[in-house]
Amino acid sequence: MLTNQEVAEGLLEKFGDQVFDFEEPYGLLTLSTTREEIIPLMEFLRDHKNYQVIFLTDITGVQYPDNTGKEYVVVYHMHSFVHNFRIRIKVALSAADIHIPTATGLFASANWMERETYDFFGILFDGHPNLKRILNIEEMDYFPMRKEYPLEDATREDKIDALFGR
Amino acid sequence: MADIELLPHNVPSQSELPELVEELTTLNLGPTHPATHGIFQNILKMDGEKIVSGEQTIGYIHRAFEKIAERRPFYQITTLTDRMNYCSSPINNLGWHMTVEKLLGVEVPKRAQYIRVLMMELARITDHIICNSILGVDTGAFTGFLYVMQKREEVYEIYEEVCGARLTTNMGRLGGMERDLSSTAIRKIKEFIKSFPPVLRELEKLLNRNRIFMDRTINVGPISAERALSYGFTGPNLRAAGVDYDVRVMNPYSSYQDFEFDVPIGQNGDTYDRYMVRNEEMWQSLRIVEQAINNLPEGPYYADAPEYYLPPKNEVYRNMEALIYHFKIVMGEIDAPAGEVYHAVEGGNGELGFYLISDGGRAPYRLHFRRPSFIYYQAYPEMCKGSSLSDAILTMSSLNVIAGELDA
Repeated sequence: MLTNQEVAEGLLEKFGDQVFDFEEPYGLLTLSTTREEIIPLMEFLRDHKNYQVIFLTDITGVQYPDNTGKEYVVVYHMHSFVHNFRIRIKVALSAADIHIPTATGLFASANWMERETYDFFGILFDGHPNLKRILNIEEMDYFPMRKEYPLEDATREDKIDALFGR
Repeated sequence: MADIELLPHNVPSQSELPELVEELTTLNLGPTHPATHGIFQNILKMDGEKIVSGEQTIGYIHRAFEKIAERRPFYQITTLTDRMNYCSSPINNLGWHMTVEKLLGVEVPKRAQYIRVLMMELARITDHIICNSILGVDTGAFTGFLYVMQKREEVYEIYEEVCGARLTTNMGRLGGMERDLSSTAIRKIKEFIKSFPPVLRELEKLLNRNRIFMDRTINVGPISAERALSYGFTGPNLRAAGVDYDVRVMNPYSSYQDFEFDVPIGQNGDTYDRYMVRNEEMWQSLRIVEQAINNLPEGPYYADAPEYYLPPKNEVYRNMEALIYHFKIVMGEIDAPAGEVYHAVEGGNGELGFYLISDGGRAPYRLHFRRPSFIYYQAYPEMCKGSSLSDAILTMSSLNVIAGELDA
């Protein structure tokens, strides 16, 4: 079993300053990289015999509207069955240039995960074979998980959020 | 006799024959088709009886749970998780509670952990008996289905004792369970442990070595271990392909390390192996249930975390602190710490993950569900390529795609 420290050191050695912001929230190794390095990084983790992170658990997006220049974050969760460690990789994207290369070449499962992320956040995965909406109707003209679309009708006056601590 | 002219005059010559057109048929399987057991559509290209390619359309019951969750306090999100895999909702509920407990740093007492394991394993049994008996129905054996449904009813009665509900259970609370196991619940669980094996054995007898069933399922919809991993398979479907990945063993939660059980694996990843793996998992689940009920530790059934655990009602009426906490929790005055958690449990269909980002408010900043069905269902066209339509139905049935979990 590899420790997070060993994995982090190995990645730093290989990718240098292209991997940064190492954290360990609740024991799960978290790091950030750039969108140029994300595919090489995942490929390296998957194919290197010391890591063998053969399983892509999840891809999802998060939006931080106030974080100018890094409004969107694509989050990858990966899992090495061989050495039993999980790793979380984040890539920050700016709202002006919301492109990231697809991981479908590495993992077949990335197909729908990326479509879902596109559907919810409008993040464009370059090179994706079939990037269209998956859960919502195709005619939809907005990306519902973005924070600018409030869940409830903002014009309603019968519900006062302040009274409910919201 | 005069010569009779035998040459037929009315047959057109070869050049006059209309040209035989070879074309593929498009077949709409779904959205509402009894064999899909849920609302999702498959547009299949058929060459006669054989499937050439397929494309799925999903999202028919998409309810935007992830968006709704961003406005709900943590304890109200269980009602959303109920409606994902509704065949085994306690696993979803308790998985969610464990995620939040991880965020809050609440240590759940051993007794509550054991009760949770018990309920989750009963839920796994209900999940698997539905999948396996429906597979029987799809191959033409209706009888077994009815017999095991009776047993599912008994499990639902246990749910009723534990949480009051049957299908959408909303089981457990942040920090423990909402009530202790009653004597009726314990009696019903013990009865179930005794009465379930004969029924399961009967179902096995009906299907396991049944010539028709074997012919219909062996080598139907196979997937190799490599492709299954690439497609993100987890749970029984991955284990049927020969990879022994089980979240309960690899990343134990809720005291699973205390229990002794085997992880059955298959070989070919076909429909028969998926059936057999689920079948054996039910026996293993029963073993865990038995160990849990026999070794049930004494002690409290909820954690000492008054700011998160909704206090028992009789204390709310008598005790000042309990009343205050009750009010604060219900009115959403409780803030969770900021943090980022990924927690996975072994759901009925595989790794059910909750990715939760809290910004310190009363509701999640972002919540993402890793739904196993959603991820592995994309392999379906590849799995049924070249097979006949009736085999494709079996493949789908044995994958156990639950529409609620698929669409969230």
